Amino acid sequence: MKILVPVKRVIDYNVKPRVKSDGSGVDLANVKMSMNPFDEISVEEAIRLKEAGKAEEIVAVSVGPQKAQETLRTALAMGADRAILVMTDEEVEPLGVAKILAKIVEEEAPKLVITGKQAIDDDSNQTGQMLAALLGWGQGTFANTVSVDGDSVEVKREIDGGLQTVKLNLPAVVTTDLRLNEPRYASLPNIMKAKKKPLDEKTPADYGVDISPRLTTTNVSEPPVRQAGEKVEDVDALVAKLKAVGAI
Amino acid sequence: MKTLVLVEHDNTDMKDATLAVVTAASQLGEVHALVVGSGCASVGEQASKVAGVSTVHVADDASLANQLAENVAPLVASLMESHDAFLAPATTTGKNIAPRVAALLDVMQISDILSVESEDTFTRPIYAGNAIATVQSSDAKKVITVRGTAFDKAAAEGGSASVEGVTGAGESGLSSFVSEEIAKSERPELTSAKIIVSGGRALGSSEKFEEVITPLADKLGAGIGASRAAVDAGYVPNDYQVGQTGKIVAPEVYIAIGISGAIQHLAGMKDSKTIVAINKDEDAPIFQIADIGLVADLFNAVPELTEKV
Repeated sequence: MKILVPVKRVIDYNVKPRVKSDGSGVDLANVKMSMNPFDEISVEEAIRLKEAGKAEEIVAVSVGPQKAQETLRTALAMGADRAILVMTDEEVEPLGVAKILAKIVEEEAPKLVITGKQAIDDDSNQTGQMLAALLGWGQGTFANTVSVDGDSVEVKREIDGGLQTVKLNLPAVVTTDLRLNEPRYASLPNIMKAKKKPLDEKTPADYGVDISPRLTTTNVSEPPVRQAGEKVEDVDALVAKLKAVGAI
Repeated sequence: MKTLVLVEHDNTDMKDATLAVVTAASQLGEVHALVVGSGCASVGEQASKVAGVSTVHVADDASLANQLAENVAPLVASLMESHDAFLAPATTTGKNIAPRVAALLDVMQISDILSVESEDTFTRPIYAGNAIATVQSSDAKKVITVRGTAFDKAAAEGGSASVEGVTGAGESGLSSFVSEEIAKSERPELTSAKIIVSGGRALGSSEKFEEVITPLADKLGAGIGASRAAVDAGYVPNDYQVGQTGKIVAPEVYIAIGISGAIQHLAGMKDSKTIVAINKDEDAPIFQIADIGLVADLFNAVPELTEKV
């Protein structure tokens, strides 16, 4: 079985984003960028399936700028076998990404696509579900546990009230949630080896799909700032304060 | 504009999350509600009473019992031939179904809206709520998920919508329901609780979490939340998580106990009316947004607070 793992290059999890003063977006100049944390979990899950003998090949894919190569190299260093970069400097919306991925799926014929439930930059939470719709495949979103068994996969999903398990016929799309696994760090020898693994460069035009944006961002602003209140000395003062604001 | 609102329910009761979506939809135009389930006639009845809803479509079929996206999305897509906008709550149900509908309609979804600026323009949070984007959609049909805390709830009573049956496409053959582990609790749900007591990594174990957090929550009649660190460490189940990728809450009072205040956690609770923080680290970022802060060892302060409130 082949597994396709789409990954996205995003602002690092630990960086506090700054809104540009002209309202045009978030300032990404000289900001540390990393693989989207949910996509790291996806890469890890694919590697574990390969280690368990359930998969033979892992192909990492990214749609993004030239520098997304680094993100793909990270996936290769973790254990993916090869990578495809669909290079564009334009921002591609989830629908556009899903259309490109659907074409790559046609070419690569993976049995499973594993991707993060959302990217921590646009927080859309759409690409996996859209890809499943375009392919006419089942979807196991917000995965907490993934068990592949023959022609099907059971996905335990993190839902609002608890956990739900669904069974999907393969091929299928799985999107990962935080508790699925703890991604490994790439070792130095594996980082060196990853430099020699194949990385194909493509452009959206190679796939002949319309990815022109449907949404226009007209402004990006800071959220209302919350001011710090006051610190109280002890529990009695806290109780008095809570009573004063009518909280209890 | 004719809108279609996905009703959040468990085949017996309509959930409050629906009401905020009705408010958002009413800012766009006429509101139709859609109940998808099995044996869900009572939910259709409840939805028909929501103020502002003019028609309720009920799709009642065994294949829809668990609202599998593969079975629900084609039904919604076909109903969208006669509607202009589909709005779902940004719950795990809505987030699972709406993008599948959007792709079937070749529409770019607008996720987690905070406001309706006009019939094609909305605001939504990006970067864990550290920025608010205003986006304009050029799609003829709109597919939207709605952040429940950003809109007032429509009145659950007072409406008298007509109820119509609709038929789904049946089983997709792509997926099937296996099982569900839903925690049964007398406690208010996090997204509708007036008070939330939330615990972090500093609790140290699930036993301590139970011993320290639960009595305070019981006394206040509060919902219980947690930081990602506490969930990852296994102190509490996943559905307790408040934050960017967990639940977004905005109660009257949010009491953060032993939570340092990572930006991903703040993203899920900073719209709470009054934020209380108890932490022994006086430099913890949570104090920068807390209305009332107490620098103290939580193992002493929280039991004392429980006793005195």
